[in-house]
Amino acid sequence: MFPERWEYHVAEPINDLINWMLHTFQGLFDGISSTILTLLLFLNEVLTALPWWLYIVIVCVLAWVTTKSIITTIVLMTLPLVIGMFGLWELAVVTLSVILTAVIVSIVIGIPVGVLMAESNFIAGIVRPLLDLMQTMPSFVYLIPALMFFGLGRVPAVLATIIYSLPPVIRLTNLGLRQVSDDVQEAATSYGATRWQLLKEVRVPLAIPSILAGVNQTTMMALAMVVIASMIGGGGLGYEVLRSINRIDVGAGFEAGISVVILAVIIDRLTQGLAKRWEPPTV
Amino acid sequence: MSKTAEPKNAIEVTNLWKVFTSDARQIDFEDKQKLQELEDSDEDTVAVRDISFSVQKEEVFVVMGLSGSGKSTLIRCLLRLAEPSSGKININGWDVCNLDAEQLTEFRRKEAAMVFQHYGLLPHRNVLDNVAFGLKLQGIEKKERYERAMHWIERVGLTGFEHYYPAHLSGGMQQRVGIARALICNPPVLLMDEPFSGLDPLIRREMQDELVEIQDRVKTTIFFVTHDLDEGMRLGNRMAVMRKGRFVQVDTPDEILADPADEYVARFVQDKRTQIEKANKKKTTTSA
Ligand SMILES: Nc1ncnc2c1ncn2[C@@H]1O[C@H](COP(=O)(O)OP(=O)(O)OP(=O)(O)O)[C@@H](O)[C@H]1O
Ligand SMILES: [Mg+2]
Repeated sequence: MFPERWEYHVAEPINDLINWMLHTFQGLFDGISSTILTLLLFLNEVLTALPWWLYIVIVCVLAWVTTKSIITTIVLMTLPLVIGMFGLWELAVVTLSVILTAVIVSIVIGIPVGVLMAESNFIAGIVRPLLDLMQTMPSFVYLIPALMFFGLGRVPAVLATIIYSLPPVIRLTNLGLRQVSDDVQEAATSYGATRWQLLKEVRVPLAIPSILAGVNQTTMMALAMVVIASMIGGGGLGYEVLRSINRIDVGAGFEAGISVVILAVIIDRLTQGLAKRWEPPTV
Repeated sequence: MSKTAEPKNAIEVTNLWKVFTSDARQIDFEDKQKLQELEDSDEDTVAVRDISFSVQKEEVFVVMGLSGSGKSTLIRCLLRLAEPSSGKININGWDVCNLDAEQLTEFRRKEAAMVFQHYGLLPHRNVLDNVAFGLKLQGIEKKERYERAMHWIERVGLTGFEHYYPAHLSGGMQQRVGIARALICNPPVLLMDEPFSGLDPLIRREMQDELVEIQDRVKTTIFFVTHDLDEGMRLGNRMAVMRKGRFVQVDTPDEILADPADEYVARFVQDKRTQIEKANKKKTTTSA
C-alpha cells in the first residue's frame, strides 16, 4: 500500500480557489451567463416559433443556391422529415438553438482572435499552445470548468460546447490570412494600403473560404458535443440519447442518434456549399 | 516635413545597400573589412551593393541584369517594400528612407506606382475594381473611381472586360490591368519590374509599343527592370547593367553597345552586335 503519511490532497485548496474566484469575479460570470442565456432564449424562441414546413423551405432554398444540384437538394429536404417522423422535432429545435448559440459566440470570439494571431507572431505564439491544449483534452473535461462556474443547466452546456468548438475557427482564420499570396499583398502595399486596409480589402476577403471552412468545422464540433453537454443539462436530442443509454433502450437511442446525424449532415452540406461560393474565380 | 523643394531629378539614389541577413543585426557600412566579410559569408546575401544613380524627370531608365542580380530588390527598395540596409533614396523630394509609417503611405499613394511581373492583381475583384483599387485606398468615392477606371480601361484596350475576373484573362490582358491600375493614380514615377517577361514575344512587342505611346502622352518617369537586352534598348533612354548587386555600367543603349565597360557587359551585348552587323552587311550587299 502507498504510505498514508505521503498522501497530500489538493482538492480542498482547489475548491477554495474556485470559491474565491466565484466570489471575486461574480460580475464577470454573471455577465457571461446572462449574455449566453439571452442569446439562447432568443434563438430558441425564434426557432420554436417557425412552423416545421418553413425549415424544409429554408433548407431547400439554401441547398439549391449553394449546391445547384437537384438530387442533393431533394435529399437534404427529405432528411428533416425523418426527425419529425421519430417525434423528435421539438428536441431537435432545442439542440439547434444550443448549437447556433455556441457557433455564433465561437465566431464572434474566434474570427477576431484568428485575425490577431495572423497579425502578430507574438500573439500566435501564445494562442497556439492553448488551442493545442484545448484540442487534445478529452471533451468531457470541458464539463468541469463549466460546471464549476455555472452549475447545471443550459448555460454551462452551451459554454462547454463553445470551448470545445472554438479552436477550428481560430485556426483556420489564422491559416487563411497567412496563406494569402505575398505577390498580392505586396502589390496592395505598394499602392499605399495601410495595415488595416490590407486586412479589410485583401487578406480577409481572400481568407473567407478558409474562414468558412473553420465555421463549418466549428459547427461540426458543436454537434459532436451535444450528447456530452446534455450530461450537465444541455437538453434536446443529446439528452434523449443519454436517457436511452441509461435505460438500455437501443431503439430510442438509435432514433435520437440518427436525428443528430441528420442535423450534422444538413448543416455540413449547407455551410460547405456556402464556403465554395466565396472562392475567388480561378482558371 | 519630409518633402523638400522640387529637385531636378525624379529619382536620386546614393550608396544604397540591401543585405538579407540571417539575423537582424546591425551592419556598419563604413567598416570596409566588415563589408568584405559580409560579401564572403554564405548566410547573408548582399542583393544591392553600394548603388548610386539618378533618373531625370520624364526619362525611361532601364535596369538590366541576369536573374538573381538584385534588380527586384533594388526596385522594391525604392518603395520600401524591401527595407534598405543603408544609403539614401530621394524621389521627387521625398527622403524615402526616413519616412514614418503615415508619410510612407502618403508617398506610395501619391508619388509612385508599380507594375509587377506576376501582375499582383486581386483575384476576388473584377477588372473595374482592380483598376480602381489605388483610388479606393485613397478614399475617393465610387462614382469618380469608376469613371476614371473606365477611362483607363479604355486606354489600355480592355473595354468590354470590366466585369471579368483576373483568372479569366490572358497574361497580356492581366498586365494591361496592372498598367491601368498604376497609371490611374497619375504617378510622377512609374516602377516596372519585368512587366512583360511572362508574355509571349508578339504580345510583348505590342505591349512595349503601347508603353512607348503611353509614355509619349502622359510623360512620367519610368524605372524599368528587365533581363531582356532588346527590351531595354527599345525602351530605355539610359540603361544600367547590373551584376551581383552592382551597376557595372550606366549609359545610353547605343554607348553600351558600342563601348561595353567590361567583359560581362561585352558578353551581354555580343549577340546583339553580331545581329546588327549581319543586318548591316545584308544592307550593303543588297544596295551594292
Ligand atoms: N526576401 C529575401 N530573403 C533573402 N534573400 C533574398 C530575398 N529576396 C531576394 N533575395 C536574394 O537576393 C538576390 C537578388 O534577388 P532579386 O530577386 O533581387 O534578383 P532579380 O535580379 O530580380 O532576379 P530575377 O530576374 O530572377 O527576378 C538573390 O540572390 C536572392 O536570393
Ligand atoms: Mg526579379
